[in-house]
Amino acid sequence: MSQDQAEAISESSDNEVIGQSTNEFLTFRLGGEEYGMDILKVQELRGYEAITQIANAPEFIKGVVNLRGIIVPIVDMRIKFQLGDVTYDQFTVVIILNVVGRVMGVVVDGVSDVLSLTQDQMRPTPEFGSVIDTEYIMGLGTVDERMLILVDIEKLMGSTDMGLIDQVVS
Amino acid sequence: MSTDLEQFYEIFFEESAELLAEMEACLLGLDVNSPDLEDLNAIFRAAHSIKGGAGTFGFTDMTEMTHMLETLLDKLRKGELQVRSEMVDAFLKAGDVIKDQLAGHRGDSGADPAVAEAVCSELKKFTEEIATPSEDAPASEPAAEETVPEKELETEQEVVQEQSGSPTEVAAQTVFQIEFLKEEMSAAAFENLLSNLEAQGDLVNHTSSTEENICKLQLTSGASEEDVWEILAFVVDPANLKIETEAAENAEMNDSSDIDEGAEESSGADAPVKDQQEEAGSYGFFQGSPAAPNEEGVPKPTPPSQQNVKADTKDKSSKAKTPGNAKAAASSETSSIRVSIEKVDQMINLVGELVITQAMLAQTASQVDPVIYEKLHSGMGQLERNTRDLQESVMSIRMMPISFVFSRYPRVVRDLASKLNKHVELKTVGEGTELDKSLIEKIADPLTHLVRNSLDHGVEIPEKRIAAGKPAQGTITLSAFHQGGSIVIEVSDDGAGLNRDKILGKAEERGISVNQNMSDQEVWMLIFEAGFSTADVVTDVSGRGVGMDVVKRNIQGMGGRIEIDSVYGVGTRISIRLPLTLAILDGLSVTVGDQMFIVPLTYIMESLQPVAEDVKTVSGHGRVVQVRGEYLPIIALHEVFNLSPNVTEIHKGILVILETDGRKAAMFVDDLVGQHQVVIKSLESNYRRVKGVSGATIMGDGKVALILDAAMLVMSSQHESV
Repeated sequence: MSQDQAEAISESSDNEVIGQSTNEFLTFRLGGEEYGMDILKVQELRGYEAITQIANAPEFIKGVVNLRGIIVPIVDMRIKFQLGDVTYDQFTVVIILNVVGRVMGVVVDGVSDVLSLTQDQMRPTPEFGSVIDTEYIMGLGTVDERMLILVDIEKLMGSTDMGLIDQVVS
Repeated sequence: MSTDLEQFYEIFFEESAELLAEMEACLLGLDVNSPDLEDLNAIFRAAHSIKGGAGTFGFTDMTEMTHMLETLLDKLRKGELQVRSEMVDAFLKAGDVIKDQLAGHRGDSGADPAVAEAVCSELKKFTEEIATPSEDAPASEPAAEETVPEKELETEQEVVQEQSGSPTEVAAQTVFQIEFLKEEMSAAAFENLLSNLEAQGDLVNHTSSTEENICKLQLTSGASEEDVWEILAFVVDPANLKIETEAAENAEMNDSSDIDEGAEESSGADAPVKDQQEEAGSYGFFQGSPAAPNEEGVPKPTPPSQQNVKADTKDKSSKAKTPGNAKAAASSETSSIRVSIEKVDQMINLVGELVITQAMLAQTASQVDPVIYEKLHSGMGQLERNTRDLQESVMSIRMMPISFVFSRYPRVVRDLASKLNKHVELKTVGEGTELDKSLIEKIADPLTHLVRNSLDHGVEIPEKRIAAGKPAQGTITLSAFHQGGSIVIEVSDDGAGLNRDKILGKAEERGISVNQNMSDQEVWMLIFEAGFSTADVVTDVSGRGVGMDVVKRNIQGMGGRIEIDSVYGVGTRISIRLPLTLAILDGLSVTVGDQMFIVPLTYIMESLQPVAEDVKTVSGHGRVVQVRGEYLPIIALHEVFNLSPNVTEIHKGILVILETDGRKAAMFVDDLVGQHQVVIKSLESNYRRVKGVSGATIMGDGKVALILDAAMLVMSSQHESV
């Protein structure tokens, strides 16, 4: 991740609309809500298969998979945010992310498309509304009649809530 | 040059470390009574290379030290002084100082300037010793020449006679026949080069007008060949450059023929190159250089004798670069490249993936009709062979011969033996045995400890040995060989052996429960207990009881085992058994519910299916199993990992008995699947540490299996059962 991207993201967390550098979003569904994440953080999409459970991990951490020789943990966002029916079928999509120097996967209800948002299509985050803490939301995007919740996926995945990363605790 | 030199620091450090190691090896191999000039030259070259590098980077302390080394070595190899063992000691010390200085520049604690000063002055003393009698240096010649075998002497004499007409001062002027291609050189650069050469001496341009590309020069100069070489190498591609040297008088004789020779390159072979000096000076960069055919006519003198001749005629020091040396240097240069370990690891990962993909394809292909898809089947067969070959060769990249570790012990043994007044010979067997580079780095310390132990406790002092009817000189043997999927490294000595009663006595003193019925093996294992020592006297070498436990822990950390065989009064052999690579682990796969786990084989003692009566409950919840009279706590893996097992009754499942640090526990699993060699993958690189799991691996079907942290499981069972 480049330096200015990082800066752009950290600025945006102060309820400001994101800068020019990131304006392409991968949209995905969680329950009835539509979300978007920075396309540059996405490494690839794959199906949900062959997951190895991890002992004593929180329920939303489904386990690990083998991604071409790399062991990648998989998080189910639906369980984490209690959205939608947690079913796994051939339509379940795992988005493989490349964030905070790690590779990890998130399970979502479905991936729709990639959208380009211009500055004026993005609004600052309101003070209420989403199941995801507003701290991890960069803003809201409007495309035609749809509303996208733009998630700061890097910040979310790196947070203590997720417990994906060993926190520096002595 | 405005290049940022810092980016080359690391390369210089690595190279210097290698050169120092090489230098040390040569020094230790040096026979003081009849030093091999090849060795002296190798040492000189190493010192010179370090000096060059240090000079470039501005590490003046290293430059000074290496310069002192070089000065003395130069005199030694020219035969102006005989090598003495004190000098070898001084050289070794100097090597240590340079090593420290190197560490200093790397950012660690540097060398003690006082030590450096002392070594410097010692070297200087030796150098000055010879400076005074240098005028009558020829006095030492006959002695030197006597060592030359007679048949070579004959040819030597010829050369000497040929040269004897020219008194020593002639040698001060050397004629260089320079020949190179000046294809891409600008006129200005060429002019500059010519003026640089002219500054060195008389320059004659023999370049023929017909062959504009080939430039031929004749330079008569007092400069050393190296200087001339450096001037040229700066502007000319060394591959296209040829320099021949000869003493000035010969040059005059051969002047005309040399021109002919130059004009027709191929005729150079039969040109009158009787003079051995010319051959010696040639770098042989051109194939079919005059040197080769000459060998038939005149028996080629061995490098040492050649050196003597040079010393006699007081030739230029630069000529010490004999053809043999040039060849040796060339062969060591071309044989390896530096590649970062990450690149290799990435390659290993990718090949591992390829193997899994290939297995998956083979699985699919086996389902189609082999009659219709015959070509597909033969193709799959070929793919399988190729992937396997590829995997093997990629895995071998990380492998290095164990001589990298063994080579440091001659020095350790030499120093320690002289300190302890013992006569010890170190033998090494199987230096070519290869193992993973990361293991090589880790094995060095434990092995050093074992060697020191053998020296201090094993080998007795000469008087005792003679009294026991053994030769005064003890032998320590280091050997390495492959056995199955592992490498075995043995340290054996013909010393006193372990004293069973003494060990048992000490153990009792320390409150370790022992009895006389223990097998030798079990008794020997006691010496790996922390703080255990049977030494009567604690020396600064060993005897404090700190060490063997660390050695054992290190070896186990590498996934290895350690064994001792000893016979009192005859000797001791300590064997270390290691996996070939750290990246691969021998494991037993077990299942619990639908999950598969890998248990490292090194921790497993046995696996068994208990009878229901042997399983007992302790205070309501903790369970133990009786195995041959021993009660072991049971760890139910499904409870530890919150899984739903297929088998809940212990006597219907399997118990795997684990042992670590002398503690045992029985792990309860559903079933055993098989034994595998698995590639260890980190769970932490993308996730975090998981309690009870030391890593993960990818099974043949592409699924991930977790590798159990057996040590931790056993530990936690101990806590619960207490």
